[in-house]
Amino acid sequence: MANQNLYNYILGIADNSLVLGQRLGELCGHGPSLETDIAGTNISLDLIGQTRSYFQYAAKVSGKELTEDDIAFLRLERDYRNVLLVEQPNTHFGYVIARQYLFDVFHLLFLNELQYSKDETLSAIAKKGIKEVSYHKRFSGDWIKRLGDGTEESHEKMQEAVDDLWRYTDELFEMSEDDQQMVSEGIGVDLPKLKESYYDEVSELLSEATLEIPERKYFSYGGKNGVHTEHMGYLLADLQYMQRTYPNMQW
Amino acid sequence: MSEKEVKNLEAIFEARIARDEKIEPKDWMPEKYRKTHIRQISQHAHSEIVGMLPEGNWISRAPSLRRKAALLAKVQDEAGHGLYLYSACETLGVSRDELYDQLHSGKAKYSSIFNYPTVTWADIGAIGWLVDGAAIINQVPLCNTSFGPYARAMVRVCKEESFHQRQGYEIMLTLCNGTEEQKAMAQDALNRWWWPSLMMLGPTDAESIHTEQSMKWKLKRKTNDELRQQFIDQTVPQADILGLTVPDPDLKWNEERGSYDFGEIDWDEFWQVVKGHGPCNKERMNARVGAWERGTWVRDAAMAYAEKQEEKKVSKAS
Repeated sequence: MANQNLYNYILGIADNSLVLGQRLGELCGHGPSLETDIAGTNISLDLIGQTRSYFQYAAKVSGKELTEDDIAFLRLERDYRNVLLVEQPNTHFGYVIARQYLFDVFHLLFLNELQYSKDETLSAIAKKGIKEVSYHKRFSGDWIKRLGDGTEESHEKMQEAVDDLWRYTDELFEMSEDDQQMVSEGIGVDLPKLKESYYDEVSELLSEATLEIPERKYFSYGGKNGVHTEHMGYLLADLQYMQRTYPNMQW
Repeated sequence: MSEKEVKNLEAIFEARIARDEKIEPKDWMPEKYRKTHIRQISQHAHSEIVGMLPEGNWISRAPSLRRKAALLAKVQDEAGHGLYLYSACETLGVSRDELYDQLHSGKAKYSSIFNYPTVTWADIGAIGWLVDGAAIINQVPLCNTSFGPYARAMVRVCKEESFHQRQGYEIMLTLCNGTEEQKAMAQDALNRWWWPSLMMLGPTDAESIHTEQSMKWKLKRKTNDELRQQFIDQTVPQADILGLTVPDPDLKWNEERGSYDFGEIDWDEFWQVVKGHGPCNKERMNARVGAWERGTWVRDAAMAYAEKQEEKKVSKAS
């Protein structure tokens, strides 16, 4: 392959969008209100759109005859590089919102850096994504506040979701070998540099939402190396169903 | 108001409709007009919302990223249609919560077509092609209906539906240009969706209880049987292009009428599904009611939060 590091790097970014888009798509038609249904579907649509841009670029970088769909649907679980956070299930609406917000804050910080990448395609995708993800963050942040500072029940549920998902936040800043290589070439984003801003911003919003900031020393990692939670296999079974059942067809 | 005055208002009202003037929410209208419109518009809104379910069933399994994005966009459009149809209905003095109650309690109806299951990917194509196709035939005349908010909502709905229909047909075309397995999948979907799609255009004229009044108010411009014939005449040549066989042995071009003759519709099946005993009536209602009940704490929280914010504003101001 012409540039294996770059290829892996693109997949690492895109898999987050793909998997989170997939999770949100599962909810379509089942949300707590028509407005939240529309917003959730809209975010899913943005994320799948971003995924397509990344994978189309990755297919080009690969130098092989790959399509965006080959990359999206025909890998083994161990070869998906998304962080564990985005694959967590839609346990209840509090989890959906917490997962979304904890990712959106990272995602926006990340794209804000990626837009200065030396790689022009990645920079262009990032610039387009910034507009979309700013909206995602506003949506999820507003709901954290509503649920955190709403009723007693919603406060408890929101806190439960934040507490449970918090352990997946540190992985967002973990550097893989590909990440390091891409940073050294001026293409990738230096993730640990985003960490302080991330926790500051998240903590401020959680406090505003009257929620406790979880105090946790231990975090979960693995997604970036392809070792996922048990939820991932089922997500992929759905995602890959058609391509695996009917191989080599046009849809 | 005396009986004579009411009669007078009614006469003015009917004359306005006859002149093709739009009736707006604040205008005087006969109670029956209001009720009929609440029934029809809410039924239409419910159909959009319940219709999200059979298609939503394939979002997570769509066969390509392009199809996944298109399906997400389509189902999102339907939610949008629901939203502005509920809003149009609210202008007649009924709340969205009341309308949901009617849906969830089974009092209000929605289009029976959504009580059929989507068992293969080709069903997503067939729904776009046939179900949206039949819906457009039903709905295009409504762009000129007498009630302003409904007519305006329908202009937008119809534009989007016609896009969905082309998208559905394109899914079918891709399948029919594909492998034997794909073509068989497409034929199977047509076999299952053809008759229910014909039923979508409503009972035969002899059985239809609302037709006469609805014609007068321009809620209807053609009878169910006329619309059905139009749908068949338009759709059969499209099936021919796909190379698929319409599952009706009696289907035959009638040179004299310039239309297709077609076989007997199984009206027992139609009434069975309308009365709640179709393949997925229970599943669709469980999904709607379930989502609503699971969402109660979320909606309560949003209300409580909004009230708190309002209180803060007031105390700041004072």
